Amino acid sequence: MLEIKNLHASVDDKEILKGIDLKVNAGEVHAIMGPNGSGKSTLAEVIAGQEEFEVGEGNIFLEGEDLEELSPEERAHKGVFLSFQYPVEIPGVSVTNFMKTAINESRKAQGLEDMPANEMLKKIREKSEMLEIDRKFLSRSLNEGFSGGEKKRNEIFQMAMMEPKLAILDETDSGLDIDALRIVANGVNKLRSKDNAIIVITHYQRLLEYIVPDFVHVLYNGKIVKSGTKELALELEEKGYDWLKEEAAV
Amino acid sequence: MAYTEEELKKELETKEYEYGFYTDIESDTLPKGLNEEIVIAISKKKEEPEWMTQWRLEAFRAWQEMEEPEWANVTYKKPDFQDISYYSAPNKKPKYNSLDEVDPELLDTFKKLGISVDEQKKLAGVAVDIVMDSVSVATTFKKTLAEKGIIFCSISEAIKEHPELVKKYLGTVVPQKDNFYAALNSAVFSDGSFCYIPKGVRCPMELSTYFRINQAGTGQFERTLVVAEEGSYVSYLEGCTAPMRDENQLHAAVVELIALDNAEIKYSTVQNWYPGNDQGKGGVFNFVTKRGLCEKHAKISWTQVETGSAVTWKYPSCILKGDYSIGEFYSIAVTNNFQQADTGTKMVHLGKNTRSTIISKGISAGQSQNSYRGLVQVNSRAENARNFSQCDSLLMGNRCGAHTFPYIEAKNKTAQIEHEATTSKIGEDQIFYCNQRGIDTEKAIALIVNGFSKEVLNKLPMEFAVEAQKLLEISLEGSVG
Repeated sequence: MLEIKNLHASVDDKEILKGIDLKVNAGEVHAIMGPNGSGKSTLAEVIAGQEEFEVGEGNIFLEGEDLEELSPEERAHKGVFLSFQYPVEIPGVSVTNFMKTAINESRKAQGLEDMPANEMLKKIREKSEMLEIDRKFLSRSLNEGFSGGEKKRNEIFQMAMMEPKLAILDETDSGLDIDALRIVANGVNKLRSKDNAIIVITHYQRLLEYIVPDFVHVLYNGKIVKSGTKELALELEEKGYDWLKEEAAV
Repeated sequence: MAYTEEELKKELETKEYEYGFYTDIESDTLPKGLNEEIVIAISKKKEEPEWMTQWRLEAFRAWQEMEEPEWANVTYKKPDFQDISYYSAPNKKPKYNSLDEVDPELLDTFKKLGISVDEQKKLAGVAVDIVMDSVSVATTFKKTLAEKGIIFCSISEAIKEHPELVKKYLGTVVPQKDNFYAALNSAVFSDGSFCYIPKGVRCPMELSTYFRINQAGTGQFERTLVVAEEGSYVSYLEGCTAPMRDENQLHAAVVELIALDNAEIKYSTVQNWYPGNDQGKGGVFNFVTKRGLCEKHAKISWTQVETGSAVTWKYPSCILKGDYSIGEFYSIAVTNNFQQADTGTKMVHLGKNTRSTIISKGISAGQSQNSYRGLVQVNSRAENARNFSQCDSLLMGNRCGAHTFPYIEAKNKTAQIEHEATTSKIGEDQIFYCNQRGIDTEKAIALIVNGFSKEVLNKLPMEFAVEAQKLLEISLEGSVG
């Protein structure tokens, strides 16, 4: 599904990603952990095509296709989805209207007609029920006045609506209380399939109790310094990151 | 994504004015210049009665003594009033009984505008009185309206057919000497619309007029008068587009609304005159005086979407004379490139328990300047007057300006006046968020702008809302820096 080879990325001449290699197969869930400032969010945004970052060496392939020349929206049309750490507000644009526009733009890129209204409504109903989202919520302006938890839940609702091939969840657990975390995690689990892949970026092991990863990677100082299975997350929880920093320094 | 300034500039340059074409129709045009003889000649050409000629002359004499106002937050080269022709009418007369008789080239022009008369005719519930270069050439649905006693015709026709009504109301809300441009308009207005709704009648359809400036070097001086008798209701739509011209064109219209006891008038405008090119050359000067008078329990709503013109100077206002009367102003003003807009409203509370609402949305892009200027005035006898004002500005890029000049004069202690203002900028992060969801930058801007303008767009009648939304998109394409 996703293959990253020797990826370097910088912003304002400051190198943040210093040679990332990562392979994610369809049907897999990968967790990326690491201390603050290690480059986790940068990696997510570079995959999504944020042009603020200068990609130096390296390549990102989605289903064998090099993404380098593709704009963020083209990557989205190919099935890349990013659940933002800090979702932005768009006043006056309802969640429903935003989703309708997003879905129809992707369909247009694939040469399809707009989704018929009744089909759209059915889908909205289905996905909002799955994530226990109040219907009134969907007519509110996108992220405007949303609590931290509502914003994250809304991101996962969008993921459910867009049905991406590759979903990257950037700190989706931050700002969620335990009940909301469970609902969101259940939603993500329902969206897991053999045809898609999910990358979960998180600080804490907590989320991984609900969304159980197949692999865990530790990102430190722009590089993946350790990879393992879900047990690695537990080890990190117990020992912190310092031992890895020392290991990396050697 | 992430447009650089250079790329943006290039893209904007390629945006040609959509409606920039010119119709080659023979015109009957008066020589350039303005003096008493010209005023008399206009009046004669229009076969007006003597009292009307005198009324025009009074206005002209007042105008000669007046100075062009300079207080607005706009800079432009003042028009040379002696270098303008004050009358131009399509040559082929008489008026047509059916559309089949209309000059095919003219019909073609309408088609290019996307407002083909054929279509308009079929559009259920819309009567169109089209003003093309100062003279009405087609009026439809007149019969249906006549059955209800509603008069909807050109102002010239009204002067001839209903002189008592015109005489009674013309200039009562905007006097001849009101201001420089109103005086000029009073002297030389060539045509416009007249609308009269009898007592207790609810006008069964949206009344609409499309204005166009077409003849090179002619100004357009529209005069509109709407009278709603006691307990009546009317919704009036006004929309305009103008073809591309190199020299500046002057547009100085006057609109007067009179809402008698318990009457309601909704007046909606979509203004898309030629804004000038990306270097700030050309474009229409739009100096308009619009004002409405509300008697007891009457209500006037102004809704405007202003996307065009090089310079706009426009303050649709309400005089809330009667007790319990209501005034509303909903506005979207978009400026791009070198456009300048100074627009807003005046709400004058004279009666008791009068209420007014002002919602103004300014969107600035390019190197444009967008100003809101509003006055809320509460008279000493206006007990319990209430006003709510909200002025929001949206900026695109770093070279445009948004300004707010709210004036409040309250002479009665019971007045309640609220004013809210916000300024925001379309952020790269908003654009990226939309991009990530598969929405390209153009579409993302349209989405954000429509969201920002929603409160006002919602106030427009259905058929206008769609057009307005489209206009906003056209006006701002490729303008995030």
